[in-house]
Amino acid sequence: MTASNHNWRQFKNLFMQTLACACGLLVVTPLILVFYHLLREGFTSINWALFTSLPKPVGETGGGMGNAIAGTFILLAQAALVGVPVGVLGGVYLSEYSSNKLNWWIRFAADILNGVPSITWGIVVYALLVVPMHGFSALAGGVVLGMMMIPLVMRTTEEVLQLVPGGYREAAFALGISKWRTIVQIVLRTATKGIVTGVLLALARVAGETAPLLFTALGNRFWAHSLTEPIAAMPLQIFAYAISPYDDWHRQAWAGALVLLLLVLAINIGVRFLTRDRFPGKS
Amino acid sequence: MSKAAISILDQSPSPQTGAAPAFSTRNLSISFGGKKVLKEVSIDIAARSVTAIIGPSGCGKSTFLRALNRMHELNPDARMDGEIRLFGDNIYSRDVQPVMVRRRVGMVFQKSNPFPTMSIEENVTVGLRLNGLTNRGTLTERTEQSLRMAALWDEVKDRLRAPAISLSGGQQQRLCIARALAVQPEVLLMDEPASALDPLATAKIEELVVELRKNYTIVIVTHNMQQAARVSDMTAFFYLGELIEYDATKKIFTSPGKKQTEDYVTGQFG
Repeated sequence: MTASNHNWRQFKNLFMQTLACACGLLVVTPLILVFYHLLREGFTSINWALFTSLPKPVGETGGGMGNAIAGTFILLAQAALVGVPVGVLGGVYLSEYSSNKLNWWIRFAADILNGVPSITWGIVVYALLVVPMHGFSALAGGVVLGMMMIPLVMRTTEEVLQLVPGGYREAAFALGISKWRTIVQIVLRTATKGIVTGVLLALARVAGETAPLLFTALGNRFWAHSLTEPIAAMPLQIFAYAISPYDDWHRQAWAGALVLLLLVLAINIGVRFLTRDRFPGKS
Repeated sequence: MSKAAISILDQSPSPQTGAAPAFSTRNLSISFGGKKVLKEVSIDIAARSVTAIIGPSGCGKSTFLRALNRMHELNPDARMDGEIRLFGDNIYSRDVQPVMVRRRVGMVFQKSNPFPTMSIEENVTVGLRLNGLTNRGTLTERTEQSLRMAALWDEVKDRLRAPAISLSGGQQQRLCIARALAVQPEVLLMDEPASALDPLATAKIEELVVELRKNYTIVIVTHNMQQAARVSDMTAFFYLGELIEYDATKKIFTSPGKKQTEDYVTGQFG
């Protein structure tokens, strides 16, 4: 091997390494930029009123988006009520019961649903709930977010249940424990962390959805008093403020976006915390 | 919960005995998706004895064992012909549920599998609790009794609340034996219970088998011929899905009746 050949190889090696590293950094860049920008624009507008007050009418300064923050939590709670039971039980069915063609179709359908544009979900629930109920409502908003959670939760549940070693199921069956009890008390209990992770990530994902809420929850400038009324949500409020021509509203949109991002970030950190290994080396 | 299940939980820890053999199979054949893995096996297994099942890999010995508590049915492709009687009861008759069979026939697996989310104590009592027994006193009593029978009590009595997976491999396997014994089965099936353990832990399991023999019927599958010779009263040699020879262990290992058996136990093949 000649020396120049060797140098050329070293150069190629270094070049590819640098390229890969640059692409890796490129992935992190948007997060850093978004976070930096939100902090710069939004941080100064974060105050107590943002979390507790209603929006002020145009022209008056101050006010907040307390109703939108509360609305987002109400919507997420409803979404969890819809999405978690159906998603988890669907995942249980896929992993523990079915092993035929139907299984393949359900999985296929779930994967397609995961890719359905969110605005389509909004139109579907608009037709299913908003039109028959003659009005936009918090209920419809919760249902649409819940429906979007179902395929996400179902697939992650199935995956984490598949990770539970078959030996645990066999051990339970050999003790004369019925299948359903085995699933609830042994399999699901072993996989709890993974399922909670899947649910939290699905919640984080739908927390920022705007398009489906435009057709369902609609938004509300006041506190909502009933699930059959339109309700405010942070993504909707941010959207409404961001396209407005008023500086004060722009500032609040930045602050709201920052709060929403922090919420999603908190959920993700919570997930990391939950999934950390309690007994490293043993499992 | 059905009446029958309650009667099993309340039963005193003295397994059924009497004239009927613990297991009696007639023309037992099992196939998985058309592939026959067990052919026309007829065998009587005596109560209060240790029966070893030996044979090379793929000879059907694990399948045979799993048919004895209907565990092979977990494979949806499994098909079974023939008859198995447990102390005279046909365990494959239409009105018998697999769950009921498994409450009477306990099983210990090759790889120890204590439930990782549960403590030592919870692992022992899980079969009782999930079958509806809630009396704390009984549970505590059964915990000690089962752990003593599995020769584990002295090692864990001070840390019953510790996670089961904090135990060593050999201890975990004895915990699994305690867990199986806690529901007071009439028979204990063991599928190569010591094959993943070091020699010391293996010796403990073997001592335990010999000890349990006084009150229990044990059927043990093993790859280890010395182990079969040490712990069992009777030995059955399986080859290619057939029961080749079944006789007193001493006879199988000193003067087997069939050439195939002799070749196997003397290490000519397998």
